[in-house]
Amino acid sequence: MISIQHVCKTYPGGAQALTDICLDIADGDIFGIIGMSGAGKSTLVRTINLLERPTEGKVVVDGQDVTALHGADLRTYRRRVAMIFQSFGLLAQKTVLDNVCFPYVAANGKVSTQDREHALELLERVGLREKASSYPSQLSGGQQQRVAIARALACNPEVILCDEATSALDPKSTNTILKLLRDINRETGVTIVVITHSMDVVEKICNNVAVLEDGCVVEQGSVADVFANPQADATKVLLGKVDWDA
Amino acid sequence: MLNEFLAEFAPLLTQGTIDTLVMLFASTAIAYVFGVVLGVILHLTAPGGLRPMLALNAVLGWVVNIGRSLPFIILLIALMPMTQGLVGTSTGVRGVIPPLVVATAPFVARMIEQSLAEVSRDAVEAAEACGASIPRIVFSALLPEALPSIVRGIAVTLIAVLGYTAIAGAVGAGGLGDIAIRYGYYRYEDEAMIVTVILLIVLVQVIQSVCDLIARKIDHR
Repeated sequence: MISIQHVCKTYPGGAQALTDICLDIADGDIFGIIGMSGAGKSTLVRTINLLERPTEGKVVVDGQDVTALHGADLRTYRRRVAMIFQSFGLLAQKTVLDNVCFPYVAANGKVSTQDREHALELLERVGLREKASSYPSQLSGGQQQRVAIARALACNPEVILCDEATSALDPKSTNTILKLLRDINRETGVTIVVITHSMDVVEKICNNVAVLEDGCVVEQGSVADVFANPQADATKVLLGKVDWDA
Repeated sequence: MLNEFLAEFAPLLTQGTIDTLVMLFASTAIAYVFGVVLGVILHLTAPGGLRPMLALNAVLGWVVNIGRSLPFIILLIALMPMTQGLVGTSTGVRGVIPPLVVATAPFVARMIEQSLAEVSRDAVEAAEACGASIPRIVFSALLPEALPSIVRGIAVTLIAVLGYTAIAGAVGAGGLGDIAIRYGYYRYEDEAMIVTVILLIVLVQVIQSVCDLIARKIDHR
């Protein structure tokens, strides 16, 4: 269970990215955070793995205040929370297999034979085993994102954070990635937090959703409720229920 | 006439080439040891870096800039006491390596800093999100990702240092630049000048081609 409690983020210089965010994300859930560009979605998801430190409030994971973590404890925590990115974040000079093995290098400084076996199984799982010795530049965007998913799974995480994971992909690759994430969620029970500006993505895989506007949560609830009966203006705009001349 | 020329100048030019290569590679190699460390620290401590430390970054930036501001000939002379203490002489090939290192290391630091800045921020953030420590990120992600760019930087550095070695000829360091000045410039021996210049051109071409080739081979982007 991830509990985001009264999180605020103010950047040096005064820009307020997040204001008093409160969210509870249950274990095994696929939770969507949706909003327009600049609403603070990426900042919010980055407070969960402390790539951004909240200026106020805390993030509590399984009863532990992770905002208090530093150094080695923080790094250990980060291994429980994997992340995938819009631009994939793969290392261009490493092979696909070495990219998937990177979390082992991060954790232990080396890759054991067992780790390598596990990485190959994960590549098999995402359907790219035959690309193990290719380089990221030789793969399509969808394939690169699947490599990133295999890398995210390397350390058996409890949570996967997806920051606009499908925004750079065509509709077909988007579906492949979304299905893969949904299946992994069902197989392993991993919690998935999906950041997106696309209602389509939310509708396809999320159970619960929070709508973010100007750094504030303006609406949250189950996807069915929010879609059937949107309250906030931002939600209506995202659902396309506002006249586009308006 | 060619035979006469070779008889007179071949040993001189051979020795000059060897001296130049020794000065060039020894000082560049040592400069990279310091320059890489400096460049990595500059990159990490910069605003928005992995470990922003603005005061340290500013001080190091100043030191590097001062190192790069001093004309090499001034540095060479100013450092003579230090050089004397360090290698026992302030002339000859040995005596010019310490000032060459001092002049080159800040240059290398900036080249490395620039190469590291080109590495995709997302890839570094992904490494951070995997729970990698900063030394791990530097050695397993940043430097390997930047390597092709670093190799191209080595070509630029070597060629700049080649220019410095010619200046070092002014304090009797030997090498091709020294021959060009002494025989070509002071004694109007045009042939010696031309051959020296041709040798320097060939050296520059070879350095650039080899580094380009290596960079292309190791770059998987």
